Amino acid sequence: MTLDNAVALAPAERATQLIGGDLTEKSLRLHLEGLPGVDAVGLEARAADLGTRSIKTTSKARALDTIIGLIDLTTLEGADTPGKVQSLAAKAMIPDPSDLSTPRVAAVCVYGDMVPCAVEALGSAGGEAGIHVAAVATAFPSGRASLPVKIADTRDAVLAGADEIDMVIDRGAFLSGRYGLVFDQIVAVKEACRREDGSYAHLKVILETGELTTYDNVRRASWLAILAGGDFIKTSTGKVAPAATLPVTLLMLQVVNDWHRLTGEKIGVKPAGGIRTSKDAIKYLVTVAETVGEEWLQPHLFRFGASSLLNDVLLQRQKLTTGHYSGPDYVTVD
Amino acid sequence: MSRIAVAKTYKLYIGGKFPRSESGRVYEVSTAKGAFLANAAKASRKDARDAVVAARAAVSGWSGASGYNRGQVLYRIAELLEGRRAQFVQEISQGEGVSSAVAERQVDAAIDVWVWYAGWADKYVQVAGNGNPVSGPYFNISTPEPTGVVAIIAPQESSLLGLVSVVAPALVSGNTVVVVASEAAPLSAISLAEVLATSDVPGGVVNVLTGSAAEIAPWLASHADVNAIDLAGAGDLAGDATWVDLQIAAAETLKRVLPPEVGVPAPSVERVTFFTETKTVWHTKGLL
Repeated sequence: MTLDNAVALAPAERATQLIGGDLTEKSLRLHLEGLPGVDAVGLEARAADLGTRSIKTTSKARALDTIIGLIDLTTLEGADTPGKVQSLAAKAMIPDPSDLSTPRVAAVCVYGDMVPCAVEALGSAGGEAGIHVAAVATAFPSGRASLPVKIADTRDAVLAGADEIDMVIDRGAFLSGRYGLVFDQIVAVKEACRREDGSYAHLKVILETGELTTYDNVRRASWLAILAGGDFIKTSTGKVAPAATLPVTLLMLQVVNDWHRLTGEKIGVKPAGGIRTSKDAIKYLVTVAETVGEEWLQPHLFRFGASSLLNDVLLQRQKLTTGHYSGPDYVTVD
Repeated sequence: MSRIAVAKTYKLYIGGKFPRSESGRVYEVSTAKGAFLANAAKASRKDARDAVVAARAAVSGWSGASGYNRGQVLYRIAELLEGRRAQFVQEISQGEGVSSAVAERQVDAAIDVWVWYAGWADKYVQVAGNGNPVSGPYFNISTPEPTGVVAIIAPQESSLLGLVSVVAPALVSGNTVVVVASEAAPLSAISLAEVLATSDVPGGVVNVLTGSAAEIAPWLASHADVNAIDLAGAGDLAGDATWVDLQIAAAETLKRVLPPEVGVPAPSVERVTFFTETKTVWHTKGLL
């Protein structure tokens, strides 16, 4: 691969504005590899420190409601059926039938072919102002498919009514240094998110941090995803261990914060996979509030990709309401 | 030169592990005459919550084992208790202020009770179950099944025999147990936990909490994921809570409640069947 070759990269406004008009593979590489390295020890210490805050009583009640409102209720199994998606949508609308004051979740996240089921099941509760339907696309979870297939996958989900697209990056290309290829693919998928009326489905870019091996790579991939036009950067597919960790999410939030200071533009962050308890989720809330500010604790800027987290939050919520411990018999079996 | 004794700080037994109390609290355990004996963990409501989670996770494995298998596993505990009898004798005589002879008799009785209950594991179904006579071409069968997680407030005076007499019957049918040990004399309970941890009993089947029964019991009684509560040692709780309050709290979630007993509950198969639910099924007769 010739580095000086002026690859005709797809137009991406953010990148051209930041790096300059002559957007080439080389200039992109220079920018990404010119990012300062991550102090891994400092990052982990900071994340561990943020995890020690004690959030109790009324603060906890508010935190729990905030968490529910930020959840992308997810089912991404080969065994998914329309019935499973319907019950997921029902749970998204009324998470706790024994307490109707429980807020709704932000979105349901399903495979592309289940989008019509999800849209139908949500009915009037769905739509832009209601509970979103997020679809994973681009040969999720591996991302191993050719670009036309990825674009078709995305278009299909958008046409079916998905409000949000969760795409995976080509980790193989990223790790072997072909940043331009990854960039082009994100730009192309973003273009595929355009609806007929000219609006775009929100694009979440999954970095799969568990496969990126170093914090430096996570920082580069985050910048790359933002430059290429991602609305959200998301840690993981949930299919690879380790999935979301607090240090990785903190690092991505720092990139988002840098981007906000640089351009005034707000990018969302979505940790996904491995967050199963309210206690863990509250650590993430603290990290968000301390890193980018409390205004990020809104569904259009922060999400939890989770399936079992909601039940744990509901149990905690029931404990706070009733004053005694609840049990798994009092929430739905997913 | 005299040797300095090693004062032990005991921990809880939750989910097959020995954690400290989540609250970080310990309390002093003293001999009947008031001399320092050891430190024990003072469990909080959150330890009780964790114990219930561990117990719930262990229900399917323990209740799914065959009665014969459970009997073997429980009998093995009696063997291990026998091997540790000197330790139990010492703990009982120190903690309860009785002579070695009295303590030995208590250990003997505890081991005998344990063996007696172990024998019921593959027999109680035959006694409590039934083939019901029906006027139709089918069988109608009632069998007792374990109720799930049983919370137990152990008798406060008899530290080993009392504990064994309430824990063993709940285990026999396949329930898992969260037991609050005698507050004043918890050492035998923790030693029993050490026996259980090195036996074939899966982690989480028995969870031992030490500390104030008056503090922990209300949380267990109101816990929605506890199926039954044995208030054997709750007759004389310190503080405001009485066992009647506990029974009222337990009624909210339809728990089975065994009322307090004076002294040590006598061995009886009713204690085994109390923590079971009878399931009745019918099955067509074969065309033989």
